[in-house]
Amino acid sequence: MNSLKREHPAIMPLEVESLETVSKELRRDIVSMTHRAASGHPGGSLSEIDILTALYFNVLNIDPENPYWSDRDRFVLSKAHACPGLYAVLSRRGFFPHEELATFRKIDSRLQGHAHTKTPGVEMSGGSLGQGLSFGVGLALGARLRTQVWDTWVLIGDGECDEGQIWEAAMSASHYGLSNLKAIVDRNRIQNDRTTDEVMKLEPLVDKWRAFGWKVFEVDGHAMSDTLAILHRTAQEKSGPVVVIAHTVKGKGVSFMENNPAFHGAAPNDQELMQALRELD
Amino acid sequence: MTIPFEKEATRVAFGKELLELGRNNPDIVVLGGDLNKSTNANLFGNEFPSRFFDFGPAEQNIMSVAAGLASTGLIPVVTTFAVFGLCRPFDQIRVGIAQANLNVKIVCTHAGITAGEDGASAHGIEDIALACALPGFTVLAPSDSVETVQALRAAIKMPGPFYIRLYRSASPVIHKSDYRFKLGQTDLLRNGNEVTIFASGIMCSIALEAAEELRHQNIECRVVNIHTLAPADEDAIIRAADTGAVVSVEEHYRHGGLASILAQIFARKLPVPMEVVALDGYAESGKADDLLAKYRLDVPDVVAAVKRVLKRKQSY
Repeated sequence: MNSLKREHPAIMPLEVESLETVSKELRRDIVSMTHRAASGHPGGSLSEIDILTALYFNVLNIDPENPYWSDRDRFVLSKAHACPGLYAVLSRRGFFPHEELATFRKIDSRLQGHAHTKTPGVEMSGGSLGQGLSFGVGLALGARLRTQVWDTWVLIGDGECDEGQIWEAAMSASHYGLSNLKAIVDRNRIQNDRTTDEVMKLEPLVDKWRAFGWKVFEVDGHAMSDTLAILHRTAQEKSGPVVVIAHTVKGKGVSFMENNPAFHGAAPNDQELMQALRELD
Repeated sequence: MTIPFEKEATRVAFGKELLELGRNNPDIVVLGGDLNKSTNANLFGNEFPSRFFDFGPAEQNIMSVAAGLASTGLIPVVTTFAVFGLCRPFDQIRVGIAQANLNVKIVCTHAGITAGEDGASAHGIEDIALACALPGFTVLAPSDSVETVQALRAAIKMPGPFYIRLYRSASPVIHKSDYRFKLGQTDLLRNGNEVTIFASGIMCSIALEAAEELRHQNIECRVVNIHTLAPADEDAIIRAADTGAVVSVEEHYRHGGLASILAQIFARKLPVPMEVVALDGYAESGKADDLLAKYRLDVPDVVAAVKRVLKRKQSY
Protein backbone atom coordinates (compact mmCIF):
# COMPACT_ATOMS: atom_id res chain seq x y z
CA MET A 1 0.00 0.00 0.00
CA ASN A 2 2.80 2.35 0.91
CA SER A 3 4.38 1.95 -2.49
CA LEU A 4 1.16 3.15 -4.11
CA LYS A 5 1.35 6.38 -2.22
CA ARG A 6 1.50 9.48 -4.33
CA GLU A 7 4.43 11.41 -2.94
CA HIS A 8 4.03 15.09 -3.40
CA PRO A 9 6.93 16.59 -5.36
CA ALA A 10 7.32 19.45 -2.87
CA ILE A 11 8.32 17.06 -0.08
CA MET A 12 11.98 17.20 0.85
CA PRO A 13 12.33 15.20 4.06
CA LEU A 14 14.82 16.61 6.55
CA GLU A 15 17.40 14.33 8.15
CA VAL A 16 18.09 13.91 11.86
CA GLU A 17 20.52 16.76 12.43
CA SER A 18 18.32 19.28 10.66
CA LEU A 19 15.26 18.01 12.50
CA GLU A 20 17.02 18.63 15.81
CA THR A 21 17.84 22.18 14.75
CA VAL A 22 14.25 22.80 13.66
CA SER A 23 12.74 21.39 16.86
CA LYS A 24 14.91 23.72 18.93
CA GLU A 25 13.62 26.68 16.91
CA LEU A 26 10.06 25.45 17.42
CA ARG A 27 10.67 25.27 21.19
CA ARG A 28 11.61 28.94 21.06
CA ASP A 29 8.36 29.64 19.18
CA ILE A 30 6.35 27.75 21.81
CA VAL A 31 7.70 29.68 24.79
CA SER A 32 7.51 32.98 22.89
CA MET A 33 3.92 32.58 21.72
CA THR A 34 2.60 31.44 25.09
CA HIS A 35 4.50 34.30 26.76
CA ARG A 36 2.98 36.81 24.37
CA ALA A 37 -0.50 35.34 24.88
CA ALA A 38 0.12 35.28 28.65
CA SER A 39 -1.68 31.93 28.65
CA GLY A 40 -1.64 28.57 26.90
CA HIS A 41 -0.04 25.18 27.35
CA PRO A 42 3.75 25.14 26.94
CA GLY A 43 4.51 21.95 28.93
CA GLY A 44 2.77 19.45 26.64
CA SER A 45 3.81 21.43 23.57
CA LEU A 46 7.47 21.04 24.53
CA SER A 47 7.05 17.32 25.21
CA GLU A 48 5.42 16.63 21.81
CA ILE A 49 7.51 18.91 19.62
CA ASP A 50 10.26 16.46 18.61
CA ILE A 51 7.57 14.02 17.45
CA LEU A 52 5.73 16.74 15.53
CA THR A 53 8.97 17.89 13.92
CA ALA A 54 9.75 14.37 12.74
CA LEU A 55 6.22 13.92 11.41
CA TYR A 56 5.89 17.24 9.59
CA PHE A 57 9.42 17.51 8.22
CA ASN A 58 9.98 13.88 7.30
CA VAL A 59 7.14 11.38 7.68
CA LEU A 60 3.82 12.95 6.67
CA ASN A 61 2.86 13.21 3.03
CA ILE A 62 1.58 16.79 2.96
CA ASP A 63 1.65 19.90 0.81
CA PRO A 64 1.51 23.24 2.64
CA GLU A 65 0.77 24.99 -0.67
CA ASN A 66 -2.32 22.84 -1.01
CA PRO A 67 -3.41 22.08 2.56
CA TYR A 68 -6.63 20.32 1.52
CA TRP A 69 -5.01 18.07 -1.10
CA SER A 70 -7.21 14.95 -1.01
CA ASP A 71 -4.39 12.40 -0.77
CA ARG A 72 -2.54 14.07 2.11
CA ASP A 73 -1.84 12.20 5.31
CA ARG A 74 -4.08 13.43 8.11
CA PHE A 75 -2.71 14.46 11.49
CA VAL A 76 -5.09 14.98 14.43
CA LEU A 77 -3.91 16.66 17.61
CA SER A 78 -6.28 15.04 20.09
CA LYS A 79 -4.58 16.83 23.00
CA ALA A 80 -5.74 20.05 21.34
CA HIS A 81 -4.58 22.26 24.21
CA ALA A 82 -0.99 21.54 23.09
CA CYS A 83 -1.68 23.54 19.91
CA PRO A 84 1.27 25.94 20.39
CA GLY A 85 3.46 23.02 19.29
CA LEU A 86 1.22 22.30 16.31
CA TYR A 87 0.99 25.97 15.26
CA ALA A 88 4.75 26.34 15.52
CA VAL A 89 5.37 23.34 13.24
CA LEU A 90 2.59 24.26 10.79
CA SER A 91 3.90 27.80 10.35
CA ARG A 92 7.50 26.60 10.00
CA ARG A 93 6.29 24.10 7.41
CA GLY A 94 4.62 26.93 5.47
CA PHE A 95 0.90 26.48 6.19
CA PHE A 96 0.66 30.12 7.33
CA PRO A 97 3.07 33.01 7.96
CA HIS A 98 5.40 32.73 10.93
CA GLU A 99 4.40 36.23 12.12
CA GLU A 100 0.90 34.91 12.69
CA LEU A 101 2.13 32.99 15.76
CA ALA A 102 2.09 36.36 17.56
CA THR A 103 -1.71 36.39 17.26
CA PHE A 104 -2.15 33.12 19.20
CA ARG A 105 -5.16 33.33 21.56
CA LYS A 106 -5.84 36.94 20.54
CA ILE A 107 -9.10 38.25 19.13
CA ASP A 108 -9.58 37.91 15.33
CA SER A 109 -6.78 35.31 15.14
CA ARG A 110 -6.94 32.03 13.23
CA LEU A 111 -4.88 30.50 16.05
CA GLN A 112 -7.40 29.54 18.71
CA GLY A 113 -6.63 28.54 22.30
CA HIS A 114 -7.43 24.95 21.37
CA ALA A 115 -6.88 23.56 17.87
CA HIS A 116 -9.74 24.46 15.53
CA THR A 117 -10.32 23.79 11.84
CA LYS A 118 -10.17 27.50 11.03
CA THR A 119 -6.37 27.19 11.07
CA PRO A 120 -4.84 25.98 7.79
CA GLY A 121 -3.45 22.49 8.39
CA VAL A 122 -5.63 21.70 11.41
CA GLU A 123 -7.77 18.75 10.35
CA MET A 124 -10.25 18.48 13.22
CA SER A 125 -11.50 20.75 16.01
CA GLY A 126 -10.71 19.65 19.53
CA GLY A 127 -10.43 20.95 23.04
CA SER A 128 -12.50 18.42 24.93
CA LEU A 129 -10.22 15.47 25.62
CA GLY A 130 -10.69 11.96 24.33
CA GLN A 131 -12.23 12.69 20.93
CA GLY A 132 -9.26 12.67 18.57
CA LEU A 133 -8.73 8.93 18.30
CA SER A 134 -12.38 8.56 17.28
CA PHE A 135 -11.88 11.28 14.66
CA GLY A 136 -8.98 9.16 13.48
CA VAL A 137 -11.19 6.06 13.25
CA GLY A 138 -13.62 8.03 11.08
CA LEU A 139 -10.86 9.42 8.87
CA ALA A 140 -9.29 5.98 8.44
CA LEU A 141 -12.64 4.38 7.58
CA GLY A 142 -13.25 7.23 5.14
CA ALA A 143 -9.90 6.65 3.43
CA ARG A 144 -10.68 2.96 3.12
CA LEU A 145 -14.16 3.57 1.68
CA ARG A 146 -12.80 6.08 -0.81
CA THR A 147 -9.95 3.66 -1.64
CA GLN A 148 -7.44 6.39 -0.91
CA VAL A 149 -3.99 5.50 0.30
CA TRP A 150 -3.22 8.11 2.90
CA ASP A 151 -2.65 7.43 6.61
CA THR A 152 -4.20 9.03 9.66
CA TRP A 153 -1.98 9.92 12.62
CA VAL A 154 -3.40 10.88 16.01
CA LEU A 155 -1.38 12.31 18.88
CA ILE A 156 -3.01 11.77 22.27
CA GLY A 157 -1.90 12.76 25.74
CA ASP A 158 -1.24 10.26 28.47
CA GLY A 159 -3.56 12.07 30.90
CA GLU A 160 -6.07 12.01 28.07
CA CYS A 161 -6.11 8.21 28.31
CA ASP A 162 -8.26 8.71 31.44
CA GLU A 163 -11.12 9.45 29.02
CA GLY A 164 -13.27 6.38 28.38
CA GLN A 165 -13.77 7.40 24.76
CA ILE A 166 -10.10 6.69 24.00
CA TRP A 167 -10.78 3.06 24.76
CA GLU A 168 -14.06 3.00 22.83
CA ALA A 169 -12.08 4.25 19.85
CA ALA A 170 -9.20 1.83 20.46
CA MET A 171 -11.61 -1.12 20.52
CA SER A 172 -13.34 0.00 17.31
CA ALA A 173 -10.05 0.60 15.45
CA SER A 174 -8.93 -2.98 15.97
CA HIS A 175 -12.47 -4.31 15.34
CA TYR A 176 -12.41 -2.67 11.92
CA GLY A 177 -8.76 -3.62 11.33
CA LEU A 178 -7.65 -0.08 10.61
CA SER A 179 -4.08 -0.56 9.45
CA ASN A 180 -4.11 3.02 8.12
CA LEU A 181 -4.54 4.45 11.64
CA LYS A 182 -1.44 5.36 13.67
CA ALA A 183 -1.62 6.67 17.23
CA ILE A 184 1.09 8.22 19.35
CA VAL A 185 0.81 8.66 23.12
CA ASP A 186 2.82 11.58 24.46
CA ARG A 187 3.80 9.80 27.67
CA ASN A 188 5.12 12.77 29.63
CA ARG A 189 3.68 11.46 32.92
CA ILE A 190 2.22 14.78 34.03
CA GLN A 191 -1.32 16.02 33.54
CA ASN A 192 -3.04 19.25 34.54
CA ASP A 193 -2.88 19.01 38.30
CA ARG A 194 -0.32 16.35 39.16
CA THR A 195 1.52 13.30 37.84
CA THR A 196 -0.46 10.69 35.96
CA ASP A 197 0.43 8.19 38.68
CA GLU A 198 -1.15 10.41 41.31
CA VAL A 199 -4.25 11.37 39.34
CA MET A 200 -5.10 8.04 37.70
CA LYS A 201 -2.72 5.15 37.26
CA LEU A 202 -2.26 4.23 33.61
CA GLU A 203 0.19 1.37 33.88
CA PRO A 204 0.52 -1.18 32.47
CA LEU A 205 -0.17 1.08 29.48
CA VAL A 206 1.52 -1.11 26.86
CA ASP A 207 -0.51 -4.11 28.01
CA LYS A 208 -3.71 -2.09 27.86
CA TRP A 209 -3.18 -1.14 24.21
CA ARG A 210 -2.16 -4.70 23.33
CA ALA A 211 -5.28 -6.01 25.03
CA PHE A 212 -7.33 -3.66 22.83
CA GLY A 213 -5.80 -5.25 19.73
CA TRP A 214 -3.09 -2.73 18.88
CA LYS A 215 0.52 -3.30 17.93
CA VAL A 216 2.66 -1.26 20.33
CA PHE A 217 6.05 0.37 19.86
CA GLU A 218 7.91 2.35 22.51
CA VAL A 219 10.47 5.06 21.96
CA ASP A 220 12.27 7.91 23.68
CA GLY A 221 10.26 10.73 22.12
CA HIS A 222 13.19 13.15 22.35
CA ALA A 223 15.80 10.92 20.68
CA MET A 224 15.30 12.18 17.12
CA SER A 225 17.01 9.33 15.31
CA ASP A 226 15.05 6.67 17.23
CA THR A 227 11.79 8.62 16.95
CA LEU A 228 12.19 8.98 13.20
CA ALA A 229 12.94 5.29 12.81
CA ILE A 230 9.94 4.18 14.87
CA LEU A 231 7.59 6.55 13.05
CA HIS A 232 8.68 5.09 9.70
CA ARG A 233 8.27 1.58 11.04
CA THR A 234 4.79 2.57 12.24
CA ALA A 235 3.93 4.01 8.83
CA GLN A 236 4.92 0.76 7.15
CA GLU A 237 3.04 -1.51 9.55
CA LYS A 238 -0.01 -2.93 7.77
CA SER A 239 -1.24 -5.63 10.14
CA GLY A 240 -3.68 -3.36 12.01
CA PRO A 241 -3.67 -0.21 14.12
CA VAL A 242 -0.35 0.74 15.70
CA VAL A 243 0.38 2.92 18.70
CA VAL A 244 3.71 4.43 19.65
CA ILE A 245 4.15 5.09 23.36
CA ALA A 246 6.59 7.99 23.19
CA HIS A 247 8.34 8.49 26.51
CA THR A 248 8.80 12.22 26.86
CA VAL A 249 9.48 14.91 29.42
CA LYS A 250 6.89 17.58 30.11
CA GLY A 251 8.42 20.98 29.44
CA LYS A 252 11.43 19.37 27.72
CA GLY A 253 14.26 21.78 26.94
CA VAL A 254 13.53 24.43 29.56
CA SER A 255 15.00 23.49 32.93
CA PHE A 256 12.39 25.05 35.18
CA MET A 257 9.49 23.73 33.08
CA GLU A 258 10.73 20.15 32.93
CA ASN A 259 8.55 17.76 34.94
CA ASN A 260 6.74 20.74 36.42
CA PRO A 261 2.92 20.51 36.40
CA ALA A 262 2.76 24.30 36.89
CA PHE A 263 3.65 24.75 33.22
CA HIS A 264 0.97 22.41 31.87
CA GLY A 265 -1.36 25.35 31.44
CA ALA A 266 0.58 28.49 32.35
CA ALA A 267 2.75 30.79 30.27
CA PRO A 268 6.24 31.99 31.19
CA ASN A 269 6.51 35.54 32.52
CA ASP A 270 9.06 38.06 31.12
CA GLN A 271 11.93 36.81 33.23
CA GLU A 272 11.11 33.15 32.62
CA LEU A 273 10.93 33.80 28.89
CA MET A 274 14.41 35.34 28.89
CA GLN A 275 15.81 32.36 30.74
CA ALA A 276 13.99 29.87 28.50
CA LEU A 277 15.29 31.53 25.34
CA ARG A 278 18.85 31.53 26.77
CA GLU A 279 18.57 27.80 27.44
CA LEU A 280 17.20 27.19 23.94
CA ASP A 281 19.91 29.25 22.21
CA MET B 1 -60.19 9.85 17.49
CA THR B 2 -62.55 11.41 15.03
CA ILE B 3 -60.32 11.73 11.96
CA PRO B 4 -59.66 8.37 10.27
CA PHE B 5 -55.88 8.64 9.73
CA GLU B 6 -53.79 5.74 8.49
CA LYS B 7 -50.90 4.94 10.80
CA GLU B 8 -47.22 4.32 10.17
CA ALA B 9 -44.19 4.75 12.42
CA THR B 10 -41.80 7.48 11.29
CA ARG B 11 -38.87 5.17 12.04
CA VAL B 12 -40.19 2.64 9.53
CA ALA B 13 -40.47 5.27 6.80
CA PHE B 14 -36.97 6.45 7.70
CA GLY B 15 -35.42 3.00 7.31
CA LYS B 16 -36.98 2.48 3.88
CA GLU B 17 -36.00 5.92 2.59
CA LEU B 18 -32.46 5.66 3.94
CA LEU B 19 -32.02 2.48 1.92
CA GLU B 20 -33.47 4.20 -1.16
CA LEU B 21 -31.14 7.19 -0.76
CA GLY B 22 -28.22 4.85 -0.22
CA ARG B 23 -28.89 3.20 -3.55
CA ASN B 24 -28.56 6.53 -5.32
CA ASN B 25 -25.78 8.16 -3.32
CA PRO B 26 -22.61 6.14 -2.66
CA ASP B 27 -21.34 8.85 -0.27
CA ILE B 28 -23.96 7.99 2.35
CA VAL B 29 -22.56 5.93 5.23
CA VAL B 30 -24.60 4.83 8.23
CA LEU B 31 -23.45 4.51 11.83
CA GLY B 32 -25.42 2.80 14.56
CA GLY B 33 -25.10 1.73 18.16
CA ASP B 34 -26.52 -1.79 18.49
CA LEU B 35 -30.10 -0.57 17.97
CA ASN B 36 -30.20 -0.99 14.24
CA LYS B 37 -33.18 -3.33 14.22
CA SER B 38 -35.21 -0.78 16.17
CA THR B 39 -34.15 2.27 14.15
CA ASN B 40 -34.54 0.27 10.90
CA ALA B 41 -31.01 1.22 9.87
CA ASN B 42 -30.53 -2.51 9.31
CA LEU B 43 -32.35 -2.19 5.98
CA PHE B 44 -29.43 -0.08 4.76
CA GLY B 45 -26.86 -2.24 6.55
CA ASN B 46 -28.07 -5.46 4.98
CA GLU B 47 -27.75 -4.08 1.45
CA PHE B 48 -24.60 -1.99 1.99
CA PRO B 49 -22.51 -3.75 4.65
CA SER B 50 -19.33 -1.93 3.61
CA ARG B 51 -20.98 1.47 4.22
CA PHE B 52 -22.59 0.49 7.51
CA PHE B 53 -20.80 0.61 10.86
CA ASP B 54 -22.08 -0.68 14.15
CA PHE B 55 -20.03 0.61 17.07
CA GLY B 56 -22.07 -0.96 19.83
CA PRO B 57 -23.52 1.28 22.53
CA ALA B 58 -20.56 3.68 22.45
CA GLU B 59 -22.27 6.88 21.37
CA GLN B 60 -19.40 9.21 22.21
CA ASN B 61 -17.15 7.27 19.85
CA ILE B 62 -19.89 7.15 17.20
CA MET B 63 -20.33 10.92 17.05
CA SER B 64 -16.60 11.64 16.80
CA VAL B 65 -16.14 8.89 14.19
CA ALA B 66 -18.96 10.51 12.20
CA ALA B 67 -17.06 13.80 12.36
CA GLY B 68 -13.97 12.08 10.96
CA LEU B 69 -15.97 10.45 8.14
CA ALA B 70 -17.61 13.76 7.25
CA SER B 71 -14.18 15.35 7.09
CA THR B 72 -13.34 13.00 4.19
CA GLY B 73 -16.38 14.18 2.22
CA LEU B 74 -18.70 11.28 3.02
CA ILE B 75 -22.21 11.87 4.42
CA PRO B 76 -22.51 10.03 7.72
CA VAL B 77 -26.02 9.34 9.03
CA VAL B 78 -25.94 8.46 12.74
CA THR B 79 -28.96 6.57 13.98
CA THR B 80 -29.90 5.59 17.51
CA PHE B 81 -32.51 6.52 20.11
CA ALA B 82 -32.97 10.19 21.04
CA VAL B 83 -31.67 9.71 24.58
CA PHE B 84 -28.50 8.03 23.34
CA GLY B 85 -27.99 10.26 20.31
CA LEU B 86 -28.32 13.66 21.97
CA CYS B 87 -28.10 13.36 25.76
CA ARG B 88 -25.16 10.96 26.02
CA PRO B 89 -22.71 12.37 23.44
CA PHE B 90 -23.63 16.06 23.57
CA ASP B 91 -20.03 17.19 24.07
CA GLN B 92 -18.83 15.13 21.11
CA ILE B 93 -21.53 16.68 18.92
CA ARG B 94 -20.72 20.16 20.22
CA VAL B 95 -16.96 20.18 19.74
CA GLY B 96 -16.42 17.71 16.91
CA ILE B 97 -19.46 18.36 14.71
CA ALA B 98 -21.09 21.73 15.53
CA GLN B 99 -17.93 23.78 16.13
CA ALA B 100 -16.33 22.38 12.98
CA ASN B 101 -19.66 22.68 11.08
CA LEU B 102 -19.37 19.16 9.67
CA ASN B 103 -21.88 17.45 7.42
CA VAL B 104 -23.24 14.89 9.89
CA LYS B 105 -26.90 13.85 9.97
CA ILE B 106 -28.12 12.65 13.37
CA VAL B 107 -31.46 10.86 13.04
CA CYS B 108 -32.90 9.66 16.33
CA THR B 109 -35.92 7.46 16.82
CA HIS B 110 -37.84 6.73 20.05
CA ALA B 111 -38.08 10.42 20.98
CA GLY B 112 -40.52 11.65 23.58
CA ILE B 113 -42.71 9.78 26.04
CA THR B 114 -44.32 7.74 23.27
CA ALA B 115 -41.19 5.56 23.47
CA GLY B 116 -43.49 4.13 26.13
CA GLU B 117 -42.87 1.11 28.32
CA ASP B 118 -39.08 1.56 28.65
CA GLY B 119 -39.72 4.41 31.05
CA ALA B 120 -38.22 7.79 31.88
CA SER B 121 -34.58 6.93 31.10
CA ALA B 122 -35.63 6.05 27.54
CA HIS B 123 -37.90 9.08 27.00
CA GLY B 124 -35.99 11.76 25.11
CA ILE B 125 -37.85 14.86 26.25
CA GLU B 126 -34.80 17.18 26.17
CA ASP B 127 -33.47 16.38 22.68
CA ILE B 128 -34.91 19.42 20.88
CA ALA B 129 -33.53 21.73 23.57
CA LEU B 130 -30.10 20.17 23.20
CA ALA B 131 -30.11 20.17 19.39
CA CYS B 132 -31.38 23.76 19.22
CA ALA B 133 -28.59 24.79 21.60
CA LEU B 134 -26.03 23.88 18.92
CA PRO B 135 -25.25 26.86 16.65
CA GLY B 136 -25.43 25.89 12.97
CA PHE B 137 -27.58 22.80 13.44
CA THR B 138 -30.77 22.41 11.43
CA VAL B 139 -33.36 20.74 13.66
CA LEU B 140 -36.32 18.90 12.13
CA ALA B 141 -39.30 17.22 13.78
CA PRO B 142 -41.35 15.62 11.00
CA SER B 143 -45.04 15.16 11.79
CA ASP B 144 -45.60 11.85 10.02
CA SER B 145 -44.07 9.22 7.77
CA VAL B 146 -44.68 11.19 4.55
CA GLU B 147 -42.86 14.20 5.92
CA THR B 148 -40.09 12.03 7.40
CA VAL B 149 -39.16 10.73 3.97
CA GLN B 150 -38.91 14.22 2.49
CA ALA B 151 -37.15 15.69 5.52
CA LEU B 152 -34.48 13.01 5.24
CA ARG B 153 -34.01 13.71 1.53
CA ALA B 154 -33.68 17.43 2.23
CA ALA B 155 -31.15 16.83 5.01
CA ILE B 156 -28.97 14.65 2.79
CA LYS B 157 -29.13 17.22 0.00
CA MET B 158 -28.20 20.23 2.14
CA PRO B 159 -24.64 20.40 3.53
CA GLY B 160 -24.29 20.96 7.26
CA PRO B 161 -25.20 19.28 10.54
CA PHE B 162 -28.80 18.12 11.07
CA TYR B 163 -30.84 16.61 13.86
CA ILE B 164 -34.03 14.79 12.88
CA ARG B 165 -36.43 13.65 15.60
CA LEU B 166 -38.45 10.49 14.99
CA TYR B 167 -40.70 8.20 17.00
CA ARG B 168 -41.16 4.61 17.98
CA SER B 169 -44.93 4.21 17.77
CA ALA B 170 -47.08 3.99 14.67
CA SER B 171 -48.52 7.48 14.31
CA PRO B 172 -51.21 9.08 12.12
CA VAL B 173 -50.25 9.93 8.55
CA ILE B 174 -51.61 13.45 8.21
CA HIS B 175 -50.12 14.33 4.82
CA LYS B 176 -51.21 13.08 1.43
CA SER B 177 -48.61 11.51 -0.82
CA ASP B 178 -48.43 14.64 -3.00
CA TYR B 179 -47.30 16.77 -0.03
CA ARG B 180 -44.21 18.89 -0.68
CA PHE B 181 -42.01 19.47 2.38
CA LYS B 182 -40.24 22.82 2.34
CA LEU B 183 -37.16 22.89 4.55
CA GLY B 184 -37.00 25.97 6.77
CA GLN B 185 -40.62 26.93 6.23
CA THR B 186 -43.92 26.17 8.00
CA ASP B 187 -46.75 23.92 6.91
CA LEU B 188 -50.37 25.09 7.21
CA LEU B 189 -52.43 22.01 8.11
CA ARG B 190 -55.79 23.67 8.65
CA ASN B 191 -57.07 27.21 8.38
CA GLY B 192 -59.08 29.08 10.96
CA ASN B 193 -59.28 32.62 12.29
CA GLU B 194 -59.77 32.50 16.05
CA VAL B 195 -56.73 30.69 17.46
CA THR B 196 -53.46 29.45 15.96
CA ILE B 197 -52.19 26.08 17.19
CA PHE B 198 -48.49 25.58 16.46
CA ALA B 199 -47.53 21.93 16.76
CA SER B 200 -44.50 19.81 16.01
CA GLY B 201 -43.89 16.11 15.41
CA ILE B 202 -46.61 13.61 16.19
CA MET B 203 -48.48 16.30 18.16
CA CYS B 204 -49.66 17.72 14.84
CA SER B 205 -52.26 14.98 14.54
CA ILE B 206 -53.47 15.61 18.08
CA ALA B 207 -53.72 19.32 17.28
CA LEU B 208 -55.83 18.47 14.21
CA GLU B 209 -58.10 16.26 16.30
CA ALA B 210 -58.53 19.08 18.81
CA ALA B 211 -59.30 21.57 16.03
CA GLU B 212 -61.96 19.24 14.66
CA GLU B 213 -63.55 18.90 18.06
CA LEU B 214 -63.46 22.67 18.59
CA ARG B 215 -65.15 23.25 15.22
CA HIS B 216 -68.18 21.44 16.63
CA GLN B 217 -68.12 24.02 19.42
CA ASN B 218 -67.96 26.83 16.82
CA ILE B 219 -64.31 27.67 17.47
CA GLU B 220 -62.23 27.83 14.29
CA CYS B 221 -58.56 26.95 14.81
CA ARG B 222 -55.64 27.38 12.45
CA VAL B 223 -53.14 24.51 12.79
CA VAL B 224 -49.53 25.06 11.71
CA ASN B 225 -46.91 22.33 11.60
CA ILE B 226 -43.49 23.57 12.71
CA HIS B 227 -41.34 20.84 11.18
CA THR B 228 -38.23 23.02 11.10
CA LEU B 229 -37.48 24.10 14.66
CA ALA B 230 -34.07 25.58 13.87
CA PRO B 231 -33.71 27.83 12.05
CA ALA B 232 -37.38 28.68 12.57
CA ASP B 233 -39.25 30.61 9.87
CA GLU B 234 -39.90 33.68 12.02
CA ASP B 235 -41.78 35.67 9.38
CA ALA B 236 -44.16 32.82 8.59
CA ILE B 237 -44.74 32.19 12.30
CA ILE B 238 -45.55 35.87 12.89
CA ARG B 239 -47.97 35.88 9.93
CA ALA B 240 -49.64 32.68 11.15
CA ALA B 241 -50.19 34.21 14.59
CA ASP B 242 -52.43 36.99 13.25
CA THR B 243 -55.43 35.26 14.87
CA GLY B 244 -54.22 37.05 18.02
CA ALA B 245 -54.12 33.89 20.16
CA VAL B 246 -51.56 31.09 20.13
CA VAL B 247 -51.25 27.57 21.55
CA SER B 248 -47.95 25.66 21.36
CA VAL B 249 -48.20 21.85 21.33
CA GLU B 250 -45.20 19.53 21.62
CA GLU B 251 -44.19 16.19 23.06
CA HIS B 252 -41.08 17.60 24.80
CA TYR B 253 -40.18 19.25 28.07
CA ARG B 254 -41.68 22.73 28.22
CA HIS B 255 -38.24 24.36 28.39
CA GLY B 256 -36.09 24.55 25.28
CA GLY B 257 -38.54 23.15 22.75
CA LEU B 258 -41.25 24.58 20.49
CA ALA B 259 -42.79 26.74 23.24
CA SER B 260 -39.45 28.38 24.00
CA ILE B 261 -38.75 28.96 20.32
CA LEU B 262 -42.18 30.55 19.73
CA ALA B 263 -42.10 32.62 22.93
CA GLN B 264 -38.78 34.13 21.93
CA ILE B 265 -40.15 35.11 18.51
CA PHE B 266 -43.41 36.56 19.87
CA ALA B 267 -41.72 38.43 22.72
CA ARG B 268 -39.45 40.20 20.25
CA LYS B 269 -41.79 40.71 17.32
CA LEU B 270 -45.46 40.25 18.15
CA PRO B 271 -46.59 40.01 21.77
CA VAL B 272 -49.58 37.67 21.75
CA PRO B 273 -51.29 35.57 24.43
CA MET B 274 -49.89 32.05 24.30
CA GLU B 275 -50.71 28.80 26.10
CA VAL B 276 -48.41 25.79 26.21
CA VAL B 277 -49.15 22.08 25.96
CA ALA B 278 -45.89 20.30 26.84
CA LEU B 279 -44.35 18.09 29.49
CA ASP B 280 -43.83 19.40 33.00
CA GLY B 281 -41.32 16.73 33.94
CA TYR B 282 -40.30 13.12 33.48
CA ALA B 283 -42.94 10.48 32.83
CA GLU B 284 -42.98 6.74 33.55
CA SER B 285 -43.46 3.35 31.91
CA GLY B 286 -46.73 2.75 30.09
CA LYS B 287 -48.42 2.56 26.72
CA ALA B 288 -47.90 5.58 24.51
CA ASP B 289 -51.57 6.59 24.42
CA ASP B 290 -51.96 6.17 28.17
CA LEU B 291 -48.89 8.32 28.76
CA LEU B 292 -50.11 11.08 26.45
CA ALA B 293 -53.39 11.15 28.39
CA LYS B 294 -51.85 11.02 31.87
CA TYR B 295 -49.20 13.63 31.11
CA ARG B 296 -51.71 16.00 29.52
CA LEU B 297 -50.64 15.88 25.92
CA ASP B 298 -53.92 14.63 24.54
CA VAL B 299 -56.82 16.12 22.60
CA PRO B 300 -58.71 17.37 25.70
CA ASP B 301 -55.55 19.15 26.89
CA VAL B 302 -55.21 21.01 23.59
CA VAL B 303 -58.92 21.86 23.63
CA ALA B 304 -58.60 23.25 27.16
CA ALA B 305 -55.51 25.29 26.20
CA VAL B 306 -57.36 26.80 23.24
CA LYS B 307 -60.22 27.86 25.51
CA ARG B 308 -57.81 29.38 28.02
CA VAL B 309 -56.05 31.41 25.39
CA LEU B 310 -59.35 32.58 23.87
CA LYS B 311 -60.34 34.00 27.26
CA ARG B 312 -57.05 35.84 27.47
CA LYS B 313 -57.46 37.07 23.90
CA GLN B 314 -60.77 38.67 24.77
CA SER B 315 -59.24 40.64 27.64
CA TYR B 316 -55.93 41.35 25.87
